[in-house]
Amino acid sequence: MIPELGQIFLVAALASALLQFVGGISPLMRKIENIEPFIERITMFQTMSLLICFALLTTSFLQDDFSVLYVASNSNTALPIGYKFAAVWGGHEGSLLLWVLILSIWTLLLSKDNALKSSPELRIQSLSILGLISLGFLVFILYTSNPFERLFPIPLQGRGLNPLLQDPALVIHPPTLYAGYVGLAVPFSLAVSSLLTANNFEWAKHARSWTILSWMFLTGGIALGSWWAYYELGWGGWWFWDPVENASLMPWLIATALMHSLIVTEKRGLFNGFSTLLAITAFSLSLLGTFLVRSGVLISVHSFASDPQRGLFILVLLAFFSGSALMIYSLKQKKATQEKLHPLSRESLLLLNNVFLCASAGLVLIGTIYPLILEMLDLGKISVGPPYFNFVILFPFIPLLITIGVAVFSNWSHASKSLVKKIFPIIMIAILLSLLFPFIYGLASLMTMVGVILALWTILTGISPLIRNQFSINKSMVYMPMMLGHIGLGLMILGITVTSSYGITFDDSMGIEQSSNVGDYEFKLTEIGRRNGPNYLAQYASIEISKDGEYIETVYPEKRVYDSSTMGMTEAGIEANLFRDLFIAIGEDIGGGSWSMHLQYKPLLRLIWYGPIVMMMGGLIRVFLSKRSIGSYQ
Amino acid sequence: MLPRHRRFIGILVTLIGVTVAISLILSSFQDNLLYYVTPSEAIENIDDDQSKFRIGGLVEVGSFERSEGSLKSRFILTDGFESIEVNYTGILPDLFREGQGIIVTGRFDKMKIFVASEVLAKHDENYMPPDIHPIEESSS
Repeated sequence: MIPELGQIFLVAALASALLQFVGGISPLMRKIENIEPFIERITMFQTMSLLICFALLTTSFLQDDFSVLYVASNSNTALPIGYKFAAVWGGHEGSLLLWVLILSIWTLLLSKDNALKSSPELRIQSLSILGLISLGFLVFILYTSNPFERLFPIPLQGRGLNPLLQDPALVIHPPTLYAGYVGLAVPFSLAVSSLLTANNFEWAKHARSWTILSWMFLTGGIALGSWWAYYELGWGGWWFWDPVENASLMPWLIATALMHSLIVTEKRGLFNGFSTLLAITAFSLSLLGTFLVRSGVLISVHSFASDPQRGLFILVLLAFFSGSALMIYSLKQKKATQEKLHPLSRESLLLLNNVFLCASAGLVLIGTIYPLILEMLDLGKISVGPPYFNFVILFPFIPLLITIGVAVFSNWSHASKSLVKKIFPIIMIAILLSLLFPFIYGLASLMTMVGVILALWTILTGISPLIRNQFSINKSMVYMPMMLGHIGLGLMILGITVTSSYGITFDDSMGIEQSSNVGDYEFKLTEIGRRNGPNYLAQYASIEISKDGEYIETVYPEKRVYDSSTMGMTEAGIEANLFRDLFIAIGEDIGGGSWSMHLQYKPLLRLIWYGPIVMMMGGLIRVFLSKRSIGSYQ
Repeated sequence: MLPRHRRFIGILVTLIGVTVAISLILSSFQDNLLYYVTPSEAIENIDDDQSKFRIGGLVEVGSFERSEGSLKSRFILTDGFESIEVNYTGILPDLFREGQGIIVTGRFDKMKIFVASEVLAKHDENYMPPDIHPIEESSS
């Protein structure tokens, strides 16, 4: 009964999405008054329907209703209750339901945005476009990926959730990332609506907070994914340039550019066309990400099923939305008024950095889809390795980081007179501080020093407004979003540079009471044992970590075999503080009483995840603090 | 300096910069492409290709050997037609086992043994590397 009810509400949501879209055509017919309350109600109705769908699917999971194909494929009776909730979005169908649910929540929130009510045409038009996006995806769900589909005969037991996904970080990673992906539909719809209606830069004012919000979710989602991959996949890396990771990085880069471009569009009325294009690109890349991840063209943890029909459908949606948006842009965009920009004005520097961000996204895009295109054309199978990405990303990023610091000190429309005098001391401090690193960690290559100096430069210039205001938090509050954003980025770059340059990683064989040295640290295997988890059997090792004979901590890396599958899972043993991570993962029994072990020492690794947290705090302050104090940001 | 000259120099510098950047990126792209082949294709091209590439295939049942207490292992990778001996030093992925589909990255040595620097098994027990599927089905 429950699945049929879910089916009905899914269709109800589809109908309301259709009405939401059709109702939005009315601003074009200048009949705005009657339609506004109607659209508001229909938006609410759609969100409610999808929430009920989601709740019903969750109920099926909690009841272990294996007559539902999706439940049978992604859960079983032994699954801990918390993971039964997470299993709702643990597979293809459920995660798409989550996708449209989040889209409808964003739409509902946009319809509640009071500031937007002052531009009713823009408002109704963008709600209509969001309705159309929702419609597309609901058709997709009902047509190819229905989560409520029944299974007959009813199996006694389900297949269980992929053990890799049975982890707390993985419970929140997909919703967070989705919120970011889907949130980019909001600036997209505002940009396209603006082209269709007033066609001025009014939309930028409204789009900014929404862009920042989705950017925050994207930042958090990516950082969570990276953290999870680090401790769960067993080889202790934090970024693999996997196409799926790239699929999330590209919209993030463009959203970052959009966020900054919108400042200029809002404050100065410039770069309207550029901001519009960025908004369209950001959402298109979100859709491309959805396509890459969900179509099965990639083989990874994230691709659940490879059904060519599904891939094709998403591709059609992608082509339709980006294609028509770009078409509207080319037809409607007015020619920008020629304005002479001083090359060192804030506008120019922001533009420059946005170009660097776009270039980064472009380079990542080439490396990600080139192999796919080649394969599609039957020209052979290739993969583009991490060395390509690690190398080419430096070209846009080094000038980007240099410019960030300069932009902080720049003024709108003209060059700051004492620019050199202001930045010179900071460069000097950054260089002096960077000299500490070879002392602490040992000799470094030139590239390492460049990375450290640029990271410190970004952090110091980020802090500078606070120093200029005599450390008064109140006075520097208006700069806080920018400060935290830049400091977070600097911390992350510092973490990446130091970890990559000074980290130690190797495999070793260890017997009982034998030890292995990783840098200054000694790892000693004292015991190998077995223990029972709720739905798995684990082989654990106890490892004593010490430094210069001084005991630090005992960690227990595990090798788990889940009941529902035969595959082993690695749980690493990690001893971490702000300054370094010590990592050990069990390989396998290699005979002779020895085990293979994967060992790591990673200095400043945590900054790679703390940095994004700081960045997100910046965004949070910008979105939620009183508009009055932030509004005066110059 | 006339504005015209200044603009000319500006364009020239930008052009040179862009050209250098693009050529560096392209060469890096070329260097870091890894071709993915089946064992049969790998055997075919064994002489003229000494560069790094990837082979996807099944670990032949009964072929896995490891010297006791060491990280060195050897096994045979097959697609049902051709077999390749693979040597690998390090930890094998959780899902590595005989009969399983895997991907190895590395190059052939002079003895025509494939020395792998990386062994990947996919995070799904039902995973098969592309191109192996039909063969496996027909043999079973």
